[in-house]
Amino acid sequence: MSVASQDNAMRTGRAARVFIYVFLLVFALFYLLPFFIMVVNSVKPLGEITGGNMIALPKTWTIEPWLSAWSTAQIGVEPTGLRPYFWNSIKMVVPAVIIGTIIGALNGYILTKWRFRGDTLIFGLMLFSCFIPFQIVLIPMARILGILDIAGTTPGLVLVHVVYGIGFSTLYFRNYYAAFPTELVRAAQIDGAGFFQIFYRILLPSSGPIAVVCVIWLFTNIWNDFLFGASFASGGAAPMTVALNNLVNSSTGVREYNVHFAGAIMAALPTLLVYIVAGRYFVRGLMAGSVKG
Amino acid sequence: MATDTSVDLRTRLQNWLPKLVLAPSFALVLIFVYGFIIFTVYLSFTDSRMLPSYNLVGWENYSKLFRIREWGVAIKNLAIFASLYILICTVIGLFLAIFLDQKIRGEGVLRPIFLYPMALSFIVTGTAWKWFLDPGIGIENTMHLWGWDSFQFNWIKDRQMAIYTIVIAAVWQTSGFVMAMFLAGLRGIDTEILKAAQMDGASNFQMYRRIIIPQLRPAFLSAFVILCHLAIKSYDLVIALTGGGPGNATAVPATFMYSYTFTRNQMGIGASSAVIMLMTIAAIMVPYLYSELREKK
Repeated sequence: MSVASQDNAMRTGRAARVFIYVFLLVFALFYLLPFFIMVVNSVKPLGEITGGNMIALPKTWTIEPWLSAWSTAQIGVEPTGLRPYFWNSIKMVVPAVIIGTIIGALNGYILTKWRFRGDTLIFGLMLFSCFIPFQIVLIPMARILGILDIAGTTPGLVLVHVVYGIGFSTLYFRNYYAAFPTELVRAAQIDGAGFFQIFYRILLPSSGPIAVVCVIWLFTNIWNDFLFGASFASGGAAPMTVALNNLVNSSTGVREYNVHFAGAIMAALPTLLVYIVAGRYFVRGLMAGSVKG
Repeated sequence: MATDTSVDLRTRLQNWLPKLVLAPSFALVLIFVYGFIIFTVYLSFTDSRMLPSYNLVGWENYSKLFRIREWGVAIKNLAIFASLYILICTVIGLFLAIFLDQKIRGEGVLRPIFLYPMALSFIVTGTAWKWFLDPGIGIENTMHLWGWDSFQFNWIKDRQMAIYTIVIAAVWQTSGFVMAMFLAGLRGIDTEILKAAQMDGASNFQMYRRIIIPQLRPAFLSAFVILCHLAIKSYDLVIALTGGGPGNATAVPATFMYSYTFTRNQMGIGASSAVIMLMTIAAIMVPYLYSELREKK
């Protein structure tokens, strides 16, 4: 009797496990399928997409769509391909990430190791700025960029992204430095070390993990931004996401789906690469930092 | 004496330095966030059209706003989108996390697969799903070619159903992230309690319902807040997937604000819609952030 019931328990266990694996695999398929379709259809001639099966592998492989998306496709009115816009995005994202990370590190250091009256309020104000809908700042931002004469330029976008990145980068470093032993800082102070010395010599050497998190977070957010790019740099200085959207929605001529897919992968590659190389830190950081005060 | 004052000056400088270094970014946030919010709120009470005007008109923009049909559509769409998006993401995220937590072989392979969409731009996601859901070349066509001739899936072209395609694509993009949040919560649960419950003869289902899921409350709250915030802000995905169409069937407040402000030259109304968006998010975020910041003290 007891043997039978034990056997029964094992069998339901096995059935449950099979169910769990099937469930997980179905979802893995759900997440992979759109990307698979993008890749497969970016190396097909157009005729195979319009006249054939989207999920099938190409009968004729071609890299023509990639070449076209990169250097000859019509973006808006110019047949430049995505190449100039790709570089626009690079020129925007690199300075914005570097400046944003430095500011975040210094702010986090001050807000945890040099506390003063009202610092929680300042942090709270910075933190809330992460969550505002950016629609609320679009109109005045457009005015200010116009006044500073950097409307429609990459430096203008760098400024925008630095400003609206301060909240998150400060949050990450503040949470990280909060766990750093304050006694070490006090000891260094007694030994006569100054504000910047303590930062360089004591906190910075152990900031690697959180710097990685902050860089990845800023990089993906700024690279993937569309709203600011579309609002403040829609012409020649447009970032990659805006150019991709223009490519897909340009109404002239035949819809070159294969070129659209190739362009979409190009726009996705930098962030995917970052995710693959350092995704573990990214996830850990998001879980530890993004939601805790 | 001379050294004394210099030391004194130095310490005083040292005391001021942190505030001096923090000041520029605080000033930037004050101006570019809070100053801009005040400016937009002000504009929402003016008759601004193509350019900002400082002519106050009271609540006129707000009363106009709520009489515009498209704003009604946008609010309704946001309600449908946000509730389904939050619900489905939470359910999928929770189940994926619970199942992944069962000592699954290949967890290291599955986790990044669930998560990678989060690294993509909504424009990329939108482009992929736009053609995948397109009846002419996408899944409908594929099913027809596989011999299922009666299969129909043209939601993206259907005024009634198009908003649900945005839910599908958005769930695809973020449910893995919700999974990660729940997984972190599950991994943080004290296993001693679970062992004790197991000894007492609790079934798996009971354990999850009574002990584990209640302990995930912080993860639920965080997921809810983040998803709400993403839903209200969602702009890119709608633009890339449907462009707000067919017609204005998938307009949401974010697309409404943009088109009224920048293409229809109704800046006053655009500003008032932005203020409503901000108020909605603030109603959710402020209590949450306040409680989070207080707990730490």
